[in-house]
Amino acid sequence: MRRRVAPYFLLGPGAAWLLLFFVIPLYYLAKLSLNAGVFGSYEFSWHWENYSDALQLYDTQFVRSFVYAGLATLFALLLAYPLAYTIAFKAGRWRNVFLFAVVAPFFTTYLIRTLAWETILSDQSPVVSVLDFLGLAPEGHVLATGGAVVAGLTYNFLPFMVLPIYASLERIDARLIEAGKDLYASATQTFLRVTLPLSAPGVVAGTLLTFIPASGDYVNAQFLGSASNQMIGNVIQSLYLKQSDYPAAAALSFVLMAAILVLVLIYIRFAGSEALMGEEAV
Amino acid sequence: MSGGGTWRWLREHAVQIVAVLVVLYMLIPIAVIFGFSFNDPAGRYNFTWVGFTLEHWSNAFGIPELNEALVTSLKLAVLATLISTVIGTLMALALVRYDFFGRRAANFLIVIPMATPEVVMGSALLSFFLLIGSFSLGFQTLLIAHVMFCISFVVVVVRSRLIGFDRNLEEAAKDLGANSFETFRLVTLPLIMPGIFGAAMLAFALSIDDFVISNFNSGTTVTFPLYIFGAAQRGIPVEVNVIAMILFFFTCATMGFATWQQRRAEKLTSVRPEQEGGVGAGVPAGAPAAT
Repeated sequence: MRRRVAPYFLLGPGAAWLLLFFVIPLYYLAKLSLNAGVFGSYEFSWHWENYSDALQLYDTQFVRSFVYAGLATLFALLLAYPLAYTIAFKAGRWRNVFLFAVVAPFFTTYLIRTLAWETILSDQSPVVSVLDFLGLAPEGHVLATGGAVVAGLTYNFLPFMVLPIYASLERIDARLIEAGKDLYASATQTFLRVTLPLSAPGVVAGTLLTFIPASGDYVNAQFLGSASNQMIGNVIQSLYLKQSDYPAAAALSFVLMAAILVLVLIYIRFAGSEALMGEEAV
Repeated sequence: MSGGGTWRWLREHAVQIVAVLVVLYMLIPIAVIFGFSFNDPAGRYNFTWVGFTLEHWSNAFGIPELNEALVTSLKLAVLATLISTVIGTLMALALVRYDFFGRRAANFLIVIPMATPEVVMGSALLSFFLLIGSFSLGFQTLLIAHVMFCISFVVVVVRSRLIGFDRNLEEAAKDLGANSFETFRLVTLPLIMPGIFGAAMLAFALSIDDFVISNFNSGTTVTFPLYIFGAAQRGIPVEVNVIAMILFFFTCATMGFATWQQRRAEKLTSVRPEQEGGVGAGVPAGAPAAT
C-alpha cells in the first residue's frame, strides 16, 4: 500500500509546479490570443482574426526564423560532428580539455557572448577583413546581415549539438568498429555503416536541441542583425513588451509553438523517438 | 618528399584539425570578452580596442545599478537552484524507482518544457500572470519562472545518475539493520550526491544566464542579463566584462571541484569485497578517531 502512494508523493511538488506554471499558462496564452479590443480593455471573444491578421503581417519573419534556425542547425551539425568524434575516439588524455572547451561558453553570459560577436564582426575587425578578402563579406560588412545572425545562432547553440552526439558516440561498443575492420571494411565504410548509424540518436537529439531554441531566439537578431533580419521572436517580444498588443503577440507565440511541434513530430517520425524521450524514459 | 609527408599527415589528421579549429571558434568570444575587460574605451562603446588599463578590474563593483542587478541574479539563482534541485530530485526518484500509473505522462510533462522555445514559455507565463492578476511582476514571478524551467534539467541529470545505481548497496544496508530512512540518508543520498550536485550547478547556470523568460516576467526588477540588455543601447560599461570573467572563473573552479567530487564518489562506488584496502581508504579519515 505504501509503495502505491509513494511515487505520487515524490512526484507531487514538481508535477504541480509544471502543471501550474507551464501547462496552465499555455491555456492562458491560447485564451489571450482570442481576445479582442484595444489595450486596457481586452476581452475574450473567440477572435480568430488575430491569427489570420498576425500571420499575414508577419509571415516573412516566420519563414525567416525557420530558415535561419535551419541553416544554424546545419552548420552546427557540420562543426559539431568532427569535434564530437575527436573527443570520443581521438582525444586521449586531451578529452577533458576538449569537453571543457565545449561547455566553457556556458560559463559566460549568453548576452555577453553575443555582444562579443558584435565586436568580432564589426567593420574594423581583422576577421571581417579576412572574410572580405575571401569574398565572403560583400562591401566589407558582416554585422547587420542575415549571415551574422546565422553565425551567432550557430555559435550560441553549438554545445547543444556537440554534447548529445559525443554522448552517443562514446556509448558505441568499440568491438563493433573493430568487427567492421576485421570484415575488411575500409575506414570510410566502417564509419558510414557502423559509427554513423549508431550515433544517429545523438544527431537527432542535437538537431532538435539546436533548432528549437534557435527558431524562437531574438537576442542574435537584435544584436547582430538589422531591421530586415528580425525573427519571429523579435516580433513577439516587441508586441508584448513595447506595443502591449497582447492578443496578436499571444497568437504568434501559439503559432510558433504549434509549428515547432508539428516540425518536431514529422522529424521524429523519420528519425525515431528514443532520442527525444531517452531510452530509459519509455 | 617531406612535402608529401606533411600532406599525408594533414589528411590523416583532418578530423582532429577541424576539431581543434572548432574549439578555437568556441573559445574566441571568451578571449574577446577577457581582452576587452582591460580596454580603455574612448566613448561609451566598448567595441574597438583603445588601450590597456587595469582600472575596470580594480573598480569592478563601482557601478551601483550593476551590483544591484548582480545581487538580484545571485539571490534568484540560489533560491531557484535550491527549490528546483529538491523537487526535481524527488521526481527523478519517483520515475526511476517506481512503476506507477501515469509514469509516461509524467515523463512527457518533464520533456515538453525542454522542447519549447523560451519565448513561448516566457510569453505564456506573462499571459497567465496578466490574466490571473494576483501576481505582481517582479522577484516572485521571476523565481516561479526560473524554478519552472530548471526542474526538467534537474530531473534528467539526477535520473541518469540513479539509473547507473547499484541497488545491492541498499540491500546490504538493510541487511545490516538500517531502516528505509537510514538507508536513504547514509547510502543512497551520498552515492547520488554527485548527480544532485551536477544538477544543482546546471540549474544555477541556467538561472543566472536566463534572459528571454526573465525579459517577459521581470516587471521592473533587473537581473544581470537584463541589465546588460538595457545597457546595450546606451553602451555597455567595461565592468560588465570584468564581472562576466569573474563569474567565468568562479564557475570553472566549481566545475573543477565537482569533477573531483565525482571521481571520489566513483572510487567509493567501485569498492568491492576483494579490494580490502580500498574499503579502509574509503572511510572518512575522522571516523576511526571518533569511535
